[in-house]
Amino acid sequence: MDNMLHVSSSPHVRAKDSTNRIMAYVILALLPTTLFGIFNFGPKALLLIVLTIASCVGTEWVFEKIVHKKSTISDLSAVVTGLLLALNLPVNLPWWEAVLGGVFAIAIVKMMFGGLGQNFMNPALGARCFLLIAFAADMTNFQTDTYTGATPLAAMRNGEIINSMDALIGRTAGTIGETSTIAILIGAIILILLGVITLAIPASYLITFVIFMLLFGGHGFDMYYIVAQLCSGGIMLGAFFMATDYVTSPITPRGRIVFGICCGILTGLFRCFGANAEGVSFAIILSNLLVPMIEKITIPRAFGQVKEKKEGK
Amino acid sequence: MNKYVERLYNGIIKENPTFVLMLGMCPTLAVTSSAINGLGMGLSTTVVLVLSNLLISAFRKIIPDGVRMPAFIVIVASLVTIVEFLMKAYLQSLSAALGVYIPLIVVNCIILGRAESYASKNPVLPSIFDGIGMGLGFTLGLTCIGLVREILGAGQIFGVQVLSLSWFTPITIFVMAPGAFLVLAFLVAGMNIIRRKMEEKGKPLAEPAGCLSGDCSNCAHSSVCADKKEVTD
Repeated sequence: MDNMLHVSSSPHVRAKDSTNRIMAYVILALLPTTLFGIFNFGPKALLLIVLTIASCVGTEWVFEKIVHKKSTISDLSAVVTGLLLALNLPVNLPWWEAVLGGVFAIAIVKMMFGGLGQNFMNPALGARCFLLIAFAADMTNFQTDTYTGATPLAAMRNGEIINSMDALIGRTAGTIGETSTIAILIGAIILILLGVITLAIPASYLITFVIFMLLFGGHGFDMYYIVAQLCSGGIMLGAFFMATDYVTSPITPRGRIVFGICCGILTGLFRCFGANAEGVSFAIILSNLLVPMIEKITIPRAFGQVKEKKEGK
Repeated sequence: MNKYVERLYNGIIKENPTFVLMLGMCPTLAVTSSAINGLGMGLSTTVVLVLSNLLISAFRKIIPDGVRMPAFIVIVASLVTIVEFLMKAYLQSLSAALGVYIPLIVVNCIILGRAESYASKNPVLPSIFDGIGMGLGFTLGLTCIGLVREILGAGQIFGVQVLSLSWFTPITIFVMAPGAFLVLAFLVAGMNIIRRKMEEKGKPLAEPAGCLSGDCSNCAHSSVCADKKEVTD
């Protein structure tokens, strides 16, 4: 029977990409950052990462049990959400707050809106912002045994000069995954080489941010300041891993660039004029909300389609 | 008497203004950061609602149809001003906590909605009971939201610390604006679950956004819901 002809409707040729596979690539790309975070902050970081992932996966499983849906935990998207959320938390966060963040990310931001593909904002960032508002003191406590000073961004805000090399390598205070720019860049290169993300969003994001900081950063064309701003805080992690989330970024090519520009301007605005030193997460989820509108105005013209002439001319 | 009990049940459960009709969302979201604020706001609205239903129902035959809205607003605004001054005189702390939302009761859609759809068409006594029912329903909704937000956001119930701060970290987002939306959404979802359970048991409550007038012959939507008449009647 094997030589029977199968008749089915199109498409007949499918790519090997599946949700599962792409999520595995993202986890692979996040490994350098994760490992550096554990190396930098010790076993407590590992515990927090494991707990957050377990909380995300567990919530997805329980939620789908309750609403009698097919379990989707094997597509690994909850693992990626949990890992990204953990990388965005300070290592001293009480464990139950991290677990609550995982529950919020999956149950409220993702599943309430219909699960993967339907969520209107990045679950990990939504949960991070929830925690940031709910437990402001715990979420901005970056004091550890190794690092007693402020985060590089907070230090720069106070007019201090930071060591860019430390920020590049990641030997600074901060959330578990944001400190090492090099580790994040290695992951980003993996993602780009594997074809998981394109450069459109991160490039337009970072370029816009640099231009904004040159214009409004208050340090003129001080390249040292710009590099320090790029290497500290969550902007690298945000630009390569959060803003490029398939579900919450535009699908149109021009839309992606507009989206990146939105993120860049908002991040600059929050960092220069906001109440906090950091604003990447709020900038990205705000831009997430604009995605439907961005897609609407950037629909590509179909081949051969002619612009409708306005009447009365 | 049965008719009056029905009005109370209608306002508190069947057409609860907060959880079913979704009216008066502005104070619902803005002032429910604690249970006492919710209760205060609900009761002030109830007082205005009962008195405005009474007056509008009493004057329903002499208010010309063409200017009924301005007439209602004048009546409601006078009552709200009285309530506002009374609160400033005797309940200063509550008045300070509720702030601009007390004068804003004038434009609360529950009050104008009941005036338009019930009090202007019905006798005085049922209108009073309709006002009490709707007002208590609103108070119940606001107090529930306030209670949940206060427990989660501060560990308190009516200002009394019930969850010790030694082990409980207040989830401050719940006393801030986003918390109001979250808590309201969950309470409405819970209400809808109860509604569905009741319908499965064969005791249906009103449809969400149910019939306001109960008077199908004069209702603009009668063509849409005529088939549901036995439910709403």
